[in-house]
Amino acid sequence: MQQEVTLKDHFFETRLFMSRIIALLLFAGVLLLVLLGRLWYLQVIEHDHFTTLSEDNRVKLQPIPPNRGLIYDRNGILMAENLPSYRLEITPEQVDDMGATLSALEDIIGISEVDRTRFEKLLKSKPRFEAIPLRFHLNDREVAQFSVNRHNFPGVEITAGLARHYPHGKVAAHVLGYVSRIDEQALQSVDTSNYRGTTHVGKIGLEKSYESLLHGTVGYQQVETTAQGRILRVLKRAPPVSGRNLYLTLDLHLQAAAEQAFGDRSGSAVAINPNNGDILAAVSLPAYDPNVFVNGIDYADYAALKDNKQEPLFNRTLRGQYPPGSTIKPFMGLAGLEQGITGAHSSTYCPGFYSLPGNTRKYRDWKRTGHGTVNLHSAIVQSCDVYFYDLAESLGIDRIHDYLSHFGFGKPTGVDIQGELSGLLPSKEWKRRRRNQPWFPGETIITGIGQGFFLVTPLQLAVATATLAKNGLVIKPRLVHAEQEANRDELLPHQPELVETITVNNQDNWDAVIKAMIDVVHSARGTARKIGADSPYRIAGKTGTAQVFGLDEDEEYDADTLANKLRDHALFIAFAPADDPQIAVAVIVEHGGGGGSIAAPIARAIMDAYLQKTSP
Amino acid sequence: MSMNISPHREDASLRGWQYRLHLDAPLLIILICVSALGLMVLYSAGGGDISLVKRQIIRLGLAYTGMFIVAQFHPRLLQRLTPWLFVAGVLFLLAVLLGGEVSGGAQRWLNLYVVRFQPSEMMKLAVPMMVAWYLAEARLPPNRWQMLGSATVIAVPMLMIAKQPDLGTALLIGSAGFFALFLAGLQWRLLGFLTLLAAAMAPLLWHFMHDYQRQRVITFLSPENDPLGTGYHIIQSKIAIGSGGLFGKGWLNGTQSQLDFLPERSTDFIFAVLGEEFGFLGILLLFALYIIIVVRGVMIAIQAQDTYTRLLAGSLSMTFFIYVVINTGMVTGLLPVVGLPLPMISYGGTSIVTLMASFGILMSIQTHRKLLAT
Repeated sequence: MQQEVTLKDHFFETRLFMSRIIALLLFAGVLLLVLLGRLWYLQVIEHDHFTTLSEDNRVKLQPIPPNRGLIYDRNGILMAENLPSYRLEITPEQVDDMGATLSALEDIIGISEVDRTRFEKLLKSKPRFEAIPLRFHLNDREVAQFSVNRHNFPGVEITAGLARHYPHGKVAAHVLGYVSRIDEQALQSVDTSNYRGTTHVGKIGLEKSYESLLHGTVGYQQVETTAQGRILRVLKRAPPVSGRNLYLTLDLHLQAAAEQAFGDRSGSAVAINPNNGDILAAVSLPAYDPNVFVNGIDYADYAALKDNKQEPLFNRTLRGQYPPGSTIKPFMGLAGLEQGITGAHSSTYCPGFYSLPGNTRKYRDWKRTGHGTVNLHSAIVQSCDVYFYDLAESLGIDRIHDYLSHFGFGKPTGVDIQGELSGLLPSKEWKRRRRNQPWFPGETIITGIGQGFFLVTPLQLAVATATLAKNGLVIKPRLVHAEQEANRDELLPHQPELVETITVNNQDNWDAVIKAMIDVVHSARGTARKIGADSPYRIAGKTGTAQVFGLDEDEEYDADTLANKLRDHALFIAFAPADDPQIAVAVIVEHGGGGGSIAAPIARAIMDAYLQKTSP
Repeated sequence: MSMNISPHREDASLRGWQYRLHLDAPLLIILICVSALGLMVLYSAGGGDISLVKRQIIRLGLAYTGMFIVAQFHPRLLQRLTPWLFVAGVLFLLAVLLGGEVSGGAQRWLNLYVVRFQPSEMMKLAVPMMVAWYLAEARLPPNRWQMLGSATVIAVPMLMIAKQPDLGTALLIGSAGFFALFLAGLQWRLLGFLTLLAAAMAPLLWHFMHDYQRQRVITFLSPENDPLGTGYHIIQSKIAIGSGGLFGKGWLNGTQSQLDFLPERSTDFIFAVLGEEFGFLGILLLFALYIIIVVRGVMIAIQAQDTYTRLLAGSLSMTFFIYVVINTGMVTGLLPVVGLPLPMISYGGTSIVTLMASFGILMSIQTHRKLLAT
C-alpha cells in the first residue's frame, strides 16, 4: 500500500475507481440474487398457490336457476304455469344519449316514475356493459310497438324470461298460494346455494309447502370473466334440474262449481274422497288473485286486501276456527252409543229447555216449544238440543274429549299444506293448563251441541265426516297425489296415509247414526229435507248453526235486527252416496243463518258436481 | 486493468463506423433486443392493441434519435454544459413547484407551451453530471468540503422532486448522485455513518411523507389488509407472476393480464405481464439483457480516460440497474410501490427519452476517446 501511495494520482485514482466498481458490482450481484430468489419463490415454490388464485380470479361460477315445476289438477288441467315475460333492457355503453333514448321510449311504451327511478339507480351502480332492466312484463302490444321501432334504439333489447302465472286467477287461490320475489326473510329459510339466481320463492299455500319439490336444483356455468365481470366465454356447464310438477287431488271443475255455489257469501267448504283422503275441493271465500303477488303488489292494493273486512287473504279452510254447532251431534251420538252411555232406543223428553239438577239455569233448545219425547234417531234428524245436553252431561267432558279426539278434532289433520290450525277440543286438563280454571258442569252441556269452547276448522270437519262415512278409517287428507319429474311422462304417486282406525264396538251403532243422518236429508222432518227431495243419490248429512255470540236466557234471536257480523254461521256436513261414500263435504257459511237452508244447498251443489260427472 | 494500460490495442479492434457515427455496437444491439422484447410484451399488455405499439414505436424512434444526437456531443462539451444544465434544471424544478401542472395528484409537469416536460427527468442526467463535473478536477478521494458540496448538489434537486411528490424519481436521482460520489471514493466510514443516520432519520421521513406515500408503505408491509383497495395492485401482480411459473402461460395467454385483473399492466406493472406470459425463463432472458447493458456500461466507465466521464458513465450504468431493481422489486412485492416504469419496456414517453439520452452519453464517452492515450 505504501508503495502505491507514492505512485501517480492517476494510477491511484484508477485503482480506487476499480475497487469501487467492483464493490458496486458485488452490491448489484447481491440485489440480483435477492430478486431472482424472490422470483423463484413466486414462480416455482408458490406457483400452485398463485395458479389457484389466478383461476379464482378468472373463472366465475354463474348460477342458472331451474324452471319451477308446474301444478296440475287431478285431471291434468294446468293450475300454475311459467309464462314468458318480456322485459326491456338497456345496455348503457351502447347508448349515446341516454336522456333522448328514455324520452323516446316513454313515448312508445310508457315508463312509470317507479321504473325510471329504479333504472337510474341501477345505471349508477352497474357496469356500463351490463344490461339494465327498464320495464318488466311488457304486454304483447308494447312488445310489438317497440319491435317496429327497434332500429331507432341501439342498445335497447327486449328479453324473455319466465314468470309464474295462475291461469284460473282466484279459483283455488288459497290452495295454490303464490310465489313472490325472494326477500331476506325467505333467503334465511332456504338453502341459499341452491337459490343463487332464483328470483321467486313460494310464499304461501302449496307453492310454499312444496317449495323444495317445485324449485328444482340450480345449475351452474363456469364462465371466464374480465376483472369488471364481463363474460367472455362459457367454460363448463352443469344444467339445472327443473322442479317437479305436482298433480293435485283437487278437481278444478268441482272447485269452481263449489266456489260458484257460495255466490258472494264468505265461508269455506272442503270436499274429500273418504276412501283415500284426496281433497277434491277446498274453498275459502272471499279469495284473491294470486297473480298480483308474483311481481310485487303495490302498497295500496295490498293494504286494500289486508284491511278488507271480509279478509280475502285469510285461508278459512285451514285457519278458520268455528264452533261445529249441531254438526257435532252425530259424533256425540256415536260417542254415547259406543261407550254404552245411551242406547239407540233410549228416549229423553224435550220440554224446550234443559237444566242441571239443583240449578235454575235453563239451557234452551232451538225449538222453544220442545221436541217432546225423542230418541237418538229423532234427536239427530230434528237436531234436538236437549237430548244432546243430557247425553253430554251423562258422558262427561273427559269421555267426550277422548272419543272425539279419535276423529281428529282438536289436533292438526296433517294435511300436506302449511299453516293449519288445530281447532279446540276442550277438556278439564286443557282448561286447567291454558286458563288455569276448573271445569264447570255447564260447559259440558253446551259442548254437547258443539258450542262453548269447541272449535273446528272446515278441514277437520270434512275429515271427521269422511271418517264417519268410512266406519272409523282416519285417512290423512292430502292435496297432492303425485309428482312428476320434468320432461318425464310417468307420475310418481304419493301413497294415502292411514292415521288410525277407530275401534268399532258395535257396527249397529254406526249404522244407526248414519241412518239418522240419511233421514236428516231424506225424511219429512229432517232439517235438510229440502236438498233430499230431488236428489238422485242418497245423502247422509247433518245441519248445524253455530252461535257467534251467546244469548242471554231471555233474549230472542232475531236475525233481522242483528248485525251481519253477529249472525250465526250456517254449517252442513254430508257424505254421499250414503251406501258407498265417494265424497264427504263440510260447508261453513259465515253468518249465513240456517244450516239447512244456506249451507246444505251448497253441499248438494258440490256433491252434484262431483257425483253426476263421475257417475254418468 | 490491462485495458487501461494499453488502450490502443482494444481501440484498434473497433470498427471504423462506430467511431464515425459515435455509436457503440454492443450496447446498441442489446438495446434494440430489449426494445423488441418490450414491444412484444406491450402488445400483449395492451390486449392486442396495435395502435399502442405503434405509438410506442414512434416514441422509441424519438428516443433512439435523441440517443444518436447526444452521442455526437463530445464529452468535453457535455462537461462544459453541465453546470448550466444543472442550474437550469433546478430553476425548472422551482418553476414546477411554484406553478407546474398537476397530473395524477402530483405536480411534475412544466408547460412550456411548445412541449410539456418533466424537469425531474432532466435531473436524472443533470445530477450525476454535476457531481462528476464538481469532482472532475479534484484530487480523489474527495475531501470533507467536496463531500459536502456534492451532497448539496444531490440533496437539493432530490428534495425538490420528493416534494412534487415523485418518490421514485427522487430515489433514482439520489442514487445516481450517490453512485458518482461513491465511485469518486466516498469513504466507507462516512458511508456507514450516513447509513446509520438515514436509519435514524426514517421516523422523521415518515413524518414528512404524504398520506398516500404512507399508505403505500403500509400496503407494502401488509397488502392483504386491503385487498381491493391499496393492496390490489401488488396482490394481482404477485398472482400474475406466481401463476406464470417456470415457462409462463404463453404470449397473449396471461389471464391476469388479458382479463384486466392486473392494473397498470402496460406501464409500471408490465414486468408482471412478462412474468405471467413468459415465466421465470422469460424474466431470466430480460435480466440477462439488462445485465449485458449494465456490464457494457461499466466497461465503458472503466475504459473512460478522465474522472468526469468515468464517474458519469459508472453512475449512469449503475443507476440503470437500480432502475430495474426498484421496478421489479416493487412489482414482486419486495419494495413499496413507488411508481417507476420498467426501463425500455413500460409504455410511456418522457422516461424512455431520458434513458436513451443516458445511453447516448455512454456512447459518446466510448467513441470520443483519444485513440492513443498516455
